[in-house]
Amino acid sequence: MSAPPNTARDAILGRLKAAPGRPGPDLPPWTPPTYADKLARFRQMAEANHAEIHDVTAANWLERLATILNNRGVGRLMVAPGTPRGDALLRAAAQGVPLPTLVPYDQSVEVLKDALVHQVDAGLTGTRGAIAETGTLILWPTAQEPRLLSLLPPLHIAVLEEDTLHDTLAAVVRDQGWAAGMPTNALLISGPSKTSDIEQTLAYGVHGPKELIILLVRKEGE
Amino acid sequence: MTITNLAATNTAAAATPAARPDTVYFFGTCLVDMLYPEAGLAGMDLLRHAGVRVVFPEGQSCCGQPARNSGYVEEAREVARAQLDAFPGDIPIVVPSGSCAGMMKTHYAHLFEGDPDQPRAIAFAARIHELTAFLVNVLGVTLADKGAPVTVTWHPSCHSLREMGVGDEPKALLRQLANVTLVENSRERECCGFGGTFAVRQTAVSTAMVSDKLASVRETGAGTLLSGDCGCLMNIGGHAEKVADGTRCRHIAEFLMERCHGG
Amino acid sequence: MVADGGMPPDHGPRFAERAPDALNNPQLRRNFRRAMDGLMAKRAAQFPDPAYWAELRERGAAVKARALSRLPDLLERLESRLTANGVQVHWAETTEEANAIVLGILQQAGARTVIKGKSMVSEEMHLNAHLERHGIEAVESDLGEYIIQLAGETPSHIVMPCIHKNKDEISDLFAEKIPGLERTGDVDELTAAARRVLRERFANADAGISGVNFAVAETGTLVLIENEGNGRLSTTLPPLHIAVTGIEKVVETLDDIPPLLALLPRSATGQPITTYVNMISSPRKAGEKDGPTAVHLVLLDGGRSRVYQDVELADTLRCIRCAACMNHCPVYTRVGGHTYNAIYPGPIGKILTPQLQGLDAAGDQPHASTLCNACAEVCPVKIPIPDLLVRLRREAVRPTETPATHLPVVKDGGAERSWTESLVWAGWRLVYTRPLLYRMVTRALAWGGNWVPANAPLMRDWTKARAKPRFKPRTLHDLARERGYLNEVPK
Repeated sequence: MSAPPNTARDAILGRLKAAPGRPGPDLPPWTPPTYADKLARFRQMAEANHAEIHDVTAANWLERLATILNNRGVGRLMVAPGTPRGDALLRAAAQGVPLPTLVPYDQSVEVLKDALVHQVDAGLTGTRGAIAETGTLILWPTAQEPRLLSLLPPLHIAVLEEDTLHDTLAAVVRDQGWAAGMPTNALLISGPSKTSDIEQTLAYGVHGPKELIILLVRKEGE
Repeated sequence: MTITNLAATNTAAAATPAARPDTVYFFGTCLVDMLYPEAGLAGMDLLRHAGVRVVFPEGQSCCGQPARNSGYVEEAREVARAQLDAFPGDIPIVVPSGSCAGMMKTHYAHLFEGDPDQPRAIAFAARIHELTAFLVNVLGVTLADKGAPVTVTWHPSCHSLREMGVGDEPKALLRQLANVTLVENSRERECCGFGGTFAVRQTAVSTAMVSDKLASVRETGAGTLLSGDCGCLMNIGGHAEKVADGTRCRHIAEFLMERCHGG
Repeated sequence: MVADGGMPPDHGPRFAERAPDALNNPQLRRNFRRAMDGLMAKRAAQFPDPAYWAELRERGAAVKARALSRLPDLLERLESRLTANGVQVHWAETTEEANAIVLGILQQAGARTVIKGKSMVSEEMHLNAHLERHGIEAVESDLGEYIIQLAGETPSHIVMPCIHKNKDEISDLFAEKIPGLERTGDVDELTAAARRVLRERFANADAGISGVNFAVAETGTLVLIENEGNGRLSTTLPPLHIAVTGIEKVVETLDDIPPLLALLPRSATGQPITTYVNMISSPRKAGEKDGPTAVHLVLLDGGRSRVYQDVELADTLRCIRCAACMNHCPVYTRVGGHTYNAIYPGPIGKILTPQLQGLDAAGDQPHASTLCNACAEVCPVKIPIPDLLVRLRREAVRPTETPATHLPVVKDGGAERSWTESLVWAGWRLVYTRPLLYRMVTRALAWGGNWVPANAPLMRDWTKARAKPRFKPRTLHDLARERGYLNEVPK
């Protein structure tokens, strides 16, 4: 395939290449922080980010979620079929467990736009892990668990496994080799949507979720 | 694209423990020479009282900062070269101004880039000390207050803070004085609005800045503002005089001499 | 040195002439002072350990400097990775070209309405106006940008665009412009009203346009940070996403992102991290249910490759647009962003605008600074802003030229040249390099300097707010001799 002539490209690159060379510095050492108690740091920072954390277990998470949803009067919860948590909820609902109306994100946004933008009260996603330093959730949306599920509903509920905590973004990017294969969209989420554009006064939910609830799945026996 | 050669990193390492010299040069600065000579003299007297011999070379004039900051770099370099010639001995050069000291310490290397005198300029820069930091960190002076009780507030110049890395030293000297109460003003680290030609090029902004600075001084209730830089003093003091505010603005060297050695 | 200086004509009101408008507006002064005091305190709280701050910013500065040292190579790698990922890359030499590219993409897609995430490069392009001239409606969705778009204004700050407005002004504006909204002074209600209006805009937009904070060459990833979620919406909900960015935003590897992310929000708003970090590497893939089906990146030069020619001035291109320099600038704090009459206000603008627009248009900007170094002290990528201000002052009066082209290094170099000023400094040099002459002149001033009238050039400006400086009858040179100080070190 021959590239079409692109004069702007050639001119810009030509000027840059003709410029005097300059040595690139070596990267000086930088030691990102580590935490003896990652969970404590995560909890502190996530709560400072205005996230609400509920400790659950693999056994009771669904029951606890049902209570939370009920207490908040959530009428319609959007879930991701094909993900473990989404499927568990759909099964539970089918078995008659009292849950809000589940809206599966099972078609394209073009089909579901109205429900997403206007109708659902909450969206439930998993997470790929979290970052202790900043109280940040890591999400890599997938075909099963799309991008907007964590963004359009006014309440975002994210399930986080305790053993997926990392010290810092630097550590997780390096340890998991992110550079070898980035997804369509990788997200770091630290709290609900917020703004302080009006007189530096914090207000939540300006465009995205007004609330972020983290279901922290603790390791058994703790 | 050099990362190592930036203004922000050029901040002189504060308090490199130097051996106590028996002789130092004094660089009076052009502003002190003509407008505040008593401040310069007080600086030299303080050094003499601390037991060092002070040499004031007659060939000195100006660090070159006014021309450099106006974009006239060649003129600045030639005047700077005259200072290299005026201070030939390998002994510390003490300066009663953080701004002039900052010019010589942090900008001479760049000013002489590509010039055969650059090694000389770098060696010269390494010998530069701001007066109060020198008194505290190198000479370790102790002061005995003989004056009546007075309340003062402190204005650090931007270049003493951010080029010379002078922090607590002048305030440490003032705290040694038994009858002097030091009250900090709320915007201590903020520029007074002098900035050399800025004061006349940007009169309105400069006036707003100096007026805020004086207001923060007034809030402290201290009748006296001390500083280590005569540019700031000319600006804040000139404004205080213009608005008949009554605040006395003085160079710290003069104040210390008067309190401890009767002027 | 200004009053008589043979200033070039036709540059419009200069900074010094515009400043009084802002200075005489007490509400504006209060709004900025309050906001900047808050931002400074919040930033300081994020860097409690000076040693860690020093280590982190060394790393951040080096990451950007290394990327710039390999800029053409990284841009080519970025282009090839993005292309492989399915993102279409476009190059624009000028803002006009960039506008034409964006318009062309939108027209080809049949787009009529666009929702925008915050982008300073799109401000640089005056993109909204361009699109509107061609019948495409562009709605800003960042709350601050939305507010100033409603008000028909321009951003006064690069991170908090409507920081010049207080709540009352915004309450009035919303009541006037948003149909059916009762005037409210409640920030939550104002925010909710904006959400309602903009939700519909998002749902119906044919395309989303955004900026980019960092573009990663290694992976072909666009990194966008924000708190509101409007950036994610703009880049996810509409079927078409166009990102616009300057060529200097590229970094080499994904590992370069963490240190920059650790610096940017902390420096900008005093947050450890923004609510969202949105990393986009491709359009919607087969089977995926949302995300735009087409993603474009427009790389804008807009004068940057000229800045790049000079190794010293190119440090300007390290900027990550955190705005810490303006938050800490005593001049910006007093006059606000609009006084600069430029897209990028504050210290970074004072070095960037003259380089992008030329010294004829903006040669006064480098002088709107006391060189107090507050900006350099907080810059997370260690741009030596005061040194570059001085360099630009020099280029304005005595331009250096690029060896290859013989053009001034900076556009319109020499635009502020003045014979009067040159003569003054030539005379100054003469006097200050000759000790005997210097002694004669200073003695003459000691004798007669105080007779200079208060309305003499320069003195006139000085004495507007200050008493005349007083020459003393005896100089320090005189006093030193009288007091017996030595002239030279004894042998």
